[in-house]
Order: sequence, then structure tokens, then C-alpha cells
Amino acid sequence: MSVHKSLAHDSGPLHVTGQARYVDDIPTPTGTLHLAFGVSSVASARIQSVDLSAVQAAEGVVAVLTAEDLPFANDVSPSIHDEPLLATGEVHYLGQPIFLVVATSHLAARKAARLGQISYETREPILTVEAAMTANSRFEDGPRIWQSGDALGEFSSCPNRITGQLDVGGQEHFYLEGQASLAMPQENGDVLVHASTQHPTEIQHKVAEALGLPMHGVRVETRRMGGGFGGKESQGNALAVACAVVAIQTGKPCKMRYDRDDDMMITGKRHDIRVSYDVGFDDTGRVRAIEFKHYMRCGWAQDLSLPVADRAMLHADNAYDLPNIRIESHRLKTNHQSATAFRGFGGPQGMIGIERVMDHIAHKLGMDPLAVRRANYYDEADSLSEPTGSAAETSHQKLNKTPYGMKVTDFVLGRLTQELEASSDYHARRAAIADWNDSNPVLKRGISLTPVKFGISFTLTHLNQAGALVHVYQDGSVMLNHGGTEMGQGLFQKVAQVAASVFGIGVDQIKITATDTAKVPNTSATAASSGADLNGMAVRVACEKLRARIATHLAEKHSCEASAVEFSDGNVIAGSHRVSFAEAASAAYQARVSLSATGFYKTPDLQWDRIAGKGRPFYYFAYGGSVTEVVIDTLTGENRILRADILHDAGKSLNPVLDIGQIEGGYVQGAGWVTTEELVWDDTGNLRTHAPSTYKIPACSDRPDVFKVALFENENRENTIHRSKAVGEPPFMLGISALMAISDAISACGDVYPSIDGPATPERVLAAVNRVRNGV
Amino acid sequence: MDIAFLLNGETVRLTDPEPTQTLLDWLRNDRGLIGTKEGCNEGDCGACSVVVTDKNQTAALNACILFLPQIDGKAIRTVEGISAPDGTPHPVQKAMIDLHGSQCGFCTPGFIASMAAAHQNGRSDHDDQLAGNLCRCTGYAPIIKAAELAEAAPKADWLEKTPFVLPKIATEIQAQPAPEGPVYIPQTGDELAEFYADNPDATLIAGATDIGLWVTKQLRALPKIAFLNQISDLAEISETDDAFRFGAMVSIEQLRTTLTSHAPSFAQMLRRFASAQVRASATIGGNIANGSPIGDTPPALIALDATLHLRKSDVRRDLPLEDYFVDYGKQDIQPGEFVEGVSIPKRAHSLSVHKLSKRFDQDISAVLGAFNIIVENDKVSSARIAFGGMAGIPKRASAVEAALTNRVWNTETVAGAIEAFGQDFAPLSDMRASADYRLEAAQNMLWRVWHEDQGTATSVLEVTA
Repeated sequence: MSVHKSLAHDSGPLHVTGQARYVDDIPTPTGTLHLAFGVSSVASARIQSVDLSAVQAAEGVVAVLTAEDLPFANDVSPSIHDEPLLATGEVHYLGQPIFLVVATSHLAARKAARLGQISYETREPILTVEAAMTANSRFEDGPRIWQSGDALGEFSSCPNRITGQLDVGGQEHFYLEGQASLAMPQENGDVLVHASTQHPTEIQHKVAEALGLPMHGVRVETRRMGGGFGGKESQGNALAVACAVVAIQTGKPCKMRYDRDDDMMITGKRHDIRVSYDVGFDDTGRVRAIEFKHYMRCGWAQDLSLPVADRAMLHADNAYDLPNIRIESHRLKTNHQSATAFRGFGGPQGMIGIERVMDHIAHKLGMDPLAVRRANYYDEADSLSEPTGSAAETSHQKLNKTPYGMKVTDFVLGRLTQELEASSDYHARRAAIADWNDSNPVLKRGISLTPVKFGISFTLTHLNQAGALVHVYQDGSVMLNHGGTEMGQGLFQKVAQVAASVFGIGVDQIKITATDTAKVPNTSATAASSGADLNGMAVRVACEKLRARIATHLAEKHSCEASAVEFSDGNVIAGSHRVSFAEAASAAYQARVSLSATGFYKTPDLQWDRIAGKGRPFYYFAYGGSVTEVVIDTLTGENRILRADILHDAGKSLNPVLDIGQIEGGYVQGAGWVTTEELVWDDTGNLRTHAPSTYKIPACSDRPDVFKVALFENENRENTIHRSKAVGEPPFMLGISALMAISDAISACGDVYPSIDGPATPERVLAAVNRVRNGV
Repeated sequence: MDIAFLLNGETVRLTDPEPTQTLLDWLRNDRGLIGTKEGCNEGDCGACSVVVTDKNQTAALNACILFLPQIDGKAIRTVEGISAPDGTPHPVQKAMIDLHGSQCGFCTPGFIASMAAAHQNGRSDHDDQLAGNLCRCTGYAPIIKAAELAEAAPKADWLEKTPFVLPKIATEIQAQPAPEGPVYIPQTGDELAEFYADNPDATLIAGATDIGLWVTKQLRALPKIAFLNQISDLAEISETDDAFRFGAMVSIEQLRTTLTSHAPSFAQMLRRFASAQVRASATIGGNIANGSPIGDTPPALIALDATLHLRKSDVRRDLPLEDYFVDYGKQDIQPGEFVEGVSIPKRAHSLSVHKLSKRFDQDISAVLGAFNIIVENDKVSSARIAFGGMAGIPKRASAVEAALTNRVWNTETVAGAIEAFGQDFAPLSDMRASADYRLEAAQNMLWRVWHEDQGTATSVLEVTA
């Protein structure tokens, strides 16, 4: 069996020698044209006039397009057709594309794009939560409100009550490879698009709309991305559509890639969030009633903001049984880049709210925050079938049901936390840190353990499907294709391991091929951590069909039961006959057995009503826990992560080293979200942090000095691919412990709760230290 | 202008290259070597790193802000040329595969270049060597493990210093009096002085770590350029009984190495000056000459009472460095005059330099404070304090100095000096920090110096779990 093995990333040898090809590396024919957008310099305006004569006259310019030049749909939205490729009369954010330059080189296109003379009748942009709420500027007609129990009624009977507010900033994806597309015109008006995208089918769909073609006229291919993180789920549409339209109009191949600054000015980022909370709890820290209000600035277009904000609500409970809860979610329309998918897809924003609440309750009661967390944990899955506890416990019996009514039947955080407490030496270190802080007036340390429970499945239920195409050639080599895309996560290798296991051959006999809409149609985005779950299953189905055909043939030939034919170690054994897999394939071919099959999978048992906020949106939950220790400087607010211990549940891992790679990378990215990564817009709506010189993702030395990552011994209770669990997004939220550890360190400065916002830049930390020291 | 260089062991000659074409664009677009990646096009992510060897050093440099004339006479290794000639992977390549150091792979070629250069130089300070390479996938842990694993492997002999026998075509041509053209590559300070006096409108390019962005980001045309990288007499470091003198073309990395024993706090701060790639390109002259209020060397140099050496034609003049910075965007320098070097007096000092930024490594300072407070017999006998990021120029804290000088070194004196900051500085708010925070952090840096002096732990960089 090749599954559950730590095989290295299939592209490693190509990566380290520079041979791995990305979109901008694909050799292009002579005469390839290069595109760039001319963008808005104001955040909200009616366009009065557009003078592109200097653009047209610039060196190397072949053509300049505005909205009127687009032959069919002028729309690149993944949701409700509210996102024109090129602005039509109005602009809604600073950086919005207005015109499209076609030139003989990338540099010529970029230079010309700056020469547009556009005059605007400007309006006051809506930039803040307050401004949007006042103007009732939002998506949907009002806030989404989900309730379970009677939070507002219960507050009065709670012995303790606190209120608070947490603001956490957005996050730039900073995939190292910027957005890129290359369109090649084909005969008969068809087009082939190479796109750096997590969603080739969406690109196909939007390009077809833009060209007035049926989807069969557009083929999209994606071999790999240089990072995605959700930023290439919908944000590549504009480039692909632009390239395809111009390719068809000019008959020339067209390439577009954003310069880094353009990428950051044009594309969407993680939604920032304001979470306000009102919580009633007993003296043990057990929450009895809680109300959350979520305010998310979604930017100018809807994009994926509704499901993102839904997922924030769906993770407002994280790991905790909250018997009476009300969640109100405002999806605000503002004059910013349209916020979009980013690893966790709203989950981190929802989860950090309840983690703040747990921390705040503990502070109020003078308890270890971990004890409060444990007191509110859902019950362990293993304990659910046992008889109910003693009478003393029944007064606050846990419902083990999420706020949206889904039973939590696979909870493992009790055991996971216990193991992590021991392996990280949490309690002894916490005591040692308290002592250390007593004798250090300037520096303070802090520690925090936070859990993750993350729901796995697309909440738009129909997306939970996948297809695969598998060919066995007569020499026994196998070509594998499926709808998932490779963005570095190692999906292709994991899925190849699944295929190799079915055939009993090595992964080296399997060719992993680029995602291609002509091979597998109607695919879902590689998103929601679903890649291996969905595509692994579809590939297994296809491979099992082929294995059955080969087995049937050999069984007939050698007079044995097809079910008794074994595939292992590169051999096929039918009764007393043993042949190599290649010989078996050749024999099947000669007997005119079809050696090509498709596979299809859909996740079972899902049903979800997003308006009511009720149902089972998730197939299962993935779990994890992290302990982060930090040190802060109370003079400047500078802070560092000293150590992180992580225990994460990847089920029965398909590939432990690849999963650990996701966990380590996810943690550091999550820690970056809450520490150094700060998006700053000025009061005209101009993003001032639009390059790595001003926007700081973690660098090498920002990783924890001591970084211990382990997989939790578990297997998925649901029938997923080899009982594994999704691992793309959940580890991101392990980074929340970094913010809570910083809060813990600040708490050493006085008695007031720090209420630190994210990201915890030195400036925010110093402000919190001052608040705590001054007792305000 | 012709240039010649070695590319992955092969001699390449270019006639009249576009002088501001970057090495990265040339590699990818003209040469078809697509292994080297563009991540940010401004020298901040390291995806474009290549190994550059010249007669002084082997270093990873950012190809995205390296202009073709700058590589004349050097040897370049791109990711395609790091493996042994027989195809055997370099030890860092093998370690990166074996220890899962790549995920999406887009940053990997740059990491391989930086790691190979560090390996060649026998460096094991991996966090420093790789601070200029960003990775968004792995969280860096496996990359560092790979760098550590490769340490034990012998140096790659195919990357050893290439003997510099390249035909110096450029030199021969430039030896002709031809400074009328758009590009001039002077070989001596005298040649530069003569050229620049006659062509004060020319852009002088030293390391191009700043001017590179004029071209790649501002898309500016530079009609007349002098590249200074071949002027060896401006790259000298000399030491007398009284002073260290650094030629303008001395790199920040050389400055750091030289100052390790004389001004360890300065050298330590320079570890956080951009990245290894930038420190190997950027020059002390450039960091001063461009007049930035947030350059990291001027405050420390001012606190050390450095002297700036300027030259125009045959006229040389010296001035205290602090007097060079007049106002935002305005320096005491004449058209045609250039920075020839800077001298640091060899006096006793207590320099303590504090850099504050959102990220520790490879970030631009929000505030940089340099304190040279000398205490004799419990009294402050002298104080030279300068800040970056607190005004339109690197500026001395004169009122703070006055509030300290000749007073007893105690908390009352420090508290009094804290009050004086408001007289010296009215900083601005921007995306790096607010005005209030800048002022408070600057004040607290003085407290930090006090606490340090009392033996209290004050640096988060020195705490371990």
C-alpha cells in the first residue's frame, strides 16, 4: 500500500532545479501579446471622461480596450454578476481596472497603463464599519441572524457577564507567484487557457461567457500554482478573461501577469472582522449565554463574501458547547478590493472571537484559560454512548450540538489536549513563566493553548463532488487526472498514492497530469480543504473500475473468482498465475478490455439551510491544538514567538510528511495573520501596504525557535479516503494561540484585561501594555 | 558598451545591452532561463536570487534589481547551474528534496541560490543568510533543516571562485573618452569626478537596491547613467590610528564585518539591514547619499560623530555627517558633487543602536535610535543621540542630549530627558507606525538604554524558550 506513507512531493526535484513550470514559464510563440490593466486612482467615483490617446501612442502598444470593446459578458464575478472586468461608468475601489492595454511586452504594457487620463466625479468612499452601518451599505438585505436556545433571555440569570470587542485585520495571500494567465487562440474561435487558478472550471465558465461560446469551446489547463491559499479561487478570472478576449480578437497568444504591487492593489484579501461579544457564564467559566455580532468589510463586490461570512458564523462555537447563542452577521459593502477566499474562509475570523471570549472569561475569573476552554469543550466522542453523568453534572448537561444544530459526534479535543498538555509541559512552563515575569520588569512572557475544530465540506452543498479520469496503458503505466489543482499542498502526490494502492503498483508508475477541463468536467474549486477527500475518492472509484475489469478478464482466463484476483507489489495474482501489472494490462488490452475509466464521488449525508442556519453542513470536523509561548518588550511592544507545540488531527494520514508540511506552514501563516501582517488603507481608500517592503509576511527567523509538530493518532469516523482528514485549512487557526499568548504576556503588566486586537504589531502591543499598566 | 560575464560556466558577451534591463528580465525573456522567478520585482522576496561571484565575494543577489552593466566581469549561477556538471544535485538541492523544503516551489530557486552561496561561504547562520527569501508555504522549518543537513557536505568545486579572465571589453571601450553616451562605467574615482562634474544630471548607480525600484516600480527612464561598481578605489576600507575610512562603494556587508569589534551594536543592527542579498549589493555611500530619513546607517554614524567626504571634480570637502542632511529631500551637496566616503573616529564610545520595525528581519525601520552616552563617575560626560524615522531627515536629539549631559546618570535624569523628546521631534504617521507611537517608542528606547546599563534584560531577541 502506498497510502499512509511519507513520500516526498512529486515536484521536489523539479522545484530545486528550476524546471517546474508555472504559467509565466510556458514557452510562448513569437508574437505573443502582453496585457496590463489601467486602474482607478480613486475609491469611489463616477467616471467623467477617459482619454487614452497617450496610452495608445505609447511604445509597443497594439490596442487599448474599454468596457465597450468587450464582445459579450463584461463580468468576472464568481457569484452574482456584479464584477465587471472593466469599469462601466463608475469605480468602486482604488485599483479597479478601467481599461486594458495590449502591448508587445509586459513592460511596455505596464508603462502604457499608467498614461490614461481619467477624470472622476468623486464621492465620499465608504471605508469603515461605522460608515457602512450608517449608510446601510451591505450585501443581502440585512444581517444574517442565527440563534440556538435563548441567549438574550438567559443573560439575566447568569452569575457573571462580560462584554467586549475584537478587531482583527485582513490578510494578503502573498502567494509567491502572482496571478497569471496565458490564452492561446485555437481553430474555429476556440481558446486554450493556461491559468494559475484553484478553479479551472470557473475560468472556463467565465471565459465562455465573455466570448459568447459554449463551455466546450474553452479548455483550461493548470499544472501547478506558485501558491494559492484561496487567492486563486476567483481572483484569476479577470486575467484569464482579458487574455481570452484579446486572443480571440487579435488571433495572437496573450499573456497577463500582475506585477506584485498591481496584484496587491487589484485583488481581494482575507476579510477583516470586528467581533463584539456579550457573554454570561457561571463561576466555573462555563458559558450559559452568548451573543456575537460580526462585522465584515467585504469590499465592493460580493465575490464569495456570503459563504465566507457564513463560515465565520459556523465557527463561532469552535470547540465549545454553547447552549444559548445568538449570532448576528453584517456583510458590509465598502470601497475596498473585494475581500475573497483565504485559507479558513471565514473560519479563522469566527473562531478567534470565541477564543477571545474564553481568554476574557478566564481573566475575569482568575482562572487558567485552558481550564475555561476545557470546561466548555464538547463531550469526547468516545464518551457519548456512555450513560449520563451524576446529578451534579446534569444541571449544565452539554447538548453536544453546534449552534446550527449539527450533532458533534467525533470530538477528540479532550484527549488531544491532554496529550498536548503533557508533551508541551504546559502547566510547568506556565508556572515558570509567571515566576520569570515577576523578576523581569521590561520583558514579559506569555503562553497559551488554543484548540481548533474545523468543519469539512463546502457549505454550498452541490460543490461537494469530484470527478476523475484514469487510463491504464498497455505497458502498465497509468495516467491520472482529476479535478483538483496543485498549489504546493502535495495533492497530486496524495492522489497518486491512492491510485497506486488500488493497482498495487508504485507511484513511479503513475503519471500525474495537469488539471484540464477537457479531461474532467464541472469540477469544484480546490478549496475548503476538500482536495484529497473529494478527488482521492473519485480517483479510487475510477481505479477500482479498471482493477475490476482487469481482474474479471484474468479470472476468466485462469478460471478463478474475480474477487480473488490480487493486485500487490507490482504484480497481479489470479489463482496460481502471477503476472506483472504491465503484463496484466497488456493481456486486458489484447482481450479488448477498456482500460480507461472515469470516477465520480459526492460527499454523503449533507443538508444545509443557510438562511435558517440549521442542518448538517459538514461531513466531519478536523481537530488540532497548539501551545505558543511568546515574549514581549513592554517598552516598544516588539514580540517574538519562542516556541510552538502542535498536535493535529489529520485522521489516518494519507501522507504524514506532506500533512506536517501543511501544519507547519499553516501555523506560521496563521501566526503572521495575528502578528506582523498589517493591511493599511489611508482615509482615501488607498492601500498603503501593497508590496513586501511594507506588508510583512513571516520571514525565516519569525518561525518559532522551538517548533514541535506531531500528528494526533486518530482515524476519521466517517468513511473518507482511507479514513484520512482534510488538512489544508485547519492548521491555519492554530496560529490563534500566538495572539492569545501575547495577550497572556501583556496580562503580566497589570490587572486589566488587555483586549489586544490583531495583528499584534509592536504598536498595538505597546498600546495594550499601557492600558493594562494604567488600569484603563 | 559591451559587457561580458560567465553564466553557469559559459561566457556571454552582450553588445549594447539596455542599461536598465534587469538581469532577471534578461535571464527569463532573452535567455529563456525561466528557473529564476519574479516574486516582487523590488528585492524583497528573494525568488529571483542568483549566485554572483566576483573577485571579492560569492553572494546571492536579487536579479530583479541588478542591471546588466553591473554584472560585467562577474560569474552568475542561476538555479539551472547549481547542480554539478554531471547533473548530480548540489547538497542543498538534495537536502531540500529529502527534507520537504519545497511545497509550491516558486520561492525554491531563490532559496537554492541563497543556500548554495551560504554553503559555499561556509555560513551556518541560516536565519540571517535566508532572511531575504520569503516562503509562504512551508513555515521555513524544513528549509532550515535542509540548510543544516547540507552544512556537512563539502563545498561544490564547480561553484568555486571562477578565475577572472573575462575579456574586459567594457573597460577597453570606456577607456576611450566617451562619456557623452547614455551609460558610463568609470574605473576610478578620478574618472567619476571628471564625468560627474561635466554631467551633473547623470544618475549614479552604486548597488541599485534603491534605484532599481525607480526602474522596476516607478518605471522611470534614466537617460544618463554612471555605474560605479567597477571603481575599486572607492571600495576601499582604510584604518588609521584615528579613524576608519570607508569608501562610498563599500558594501553594507563589508561595513558590518569591519565594525564587528569597534561598534558591535552597530554591526548587530546591520544584521537586520534588509537581507543578505541587499547587504551584499547596497553601499554605505548609497545609504547616505540618497538622503532617506529612514536609512539605517546614518543615525548610528551620526552618533559616532562620522565625517562625510564629498568630492566635486578635484575639490574635496569634509563635513560632519549630520550637516549633510538639511531637510526632507534636501542635502548639502552640489550638482556634480558625490559622496566619496565616510570616516568613523576611533574614539571611545558606548554606541547602542535600536531598530524598531513590524518584522524583525528585512523590514524598514519605523524608528531607529542610536545612543552614544558616555558616563564617567556616574555623570553623563557626553551624549550623541540620533534617530531615523522621527523627522524628515536622520536627526540628532539635541534637546535630549542637553538634558542628559553633565547630569548624574540616574532615573531622574532619564525621566527629564524623556520630556525633551518633544522639543526634538514631531514625527509623522504612516503605514509603518503612528506619530504617537514613534515618539513613545523613541522615548522608551532611552529607557531601554538605561535598563540595559542596569543589567536588566531588554531584548526579545535574546530570550529563548
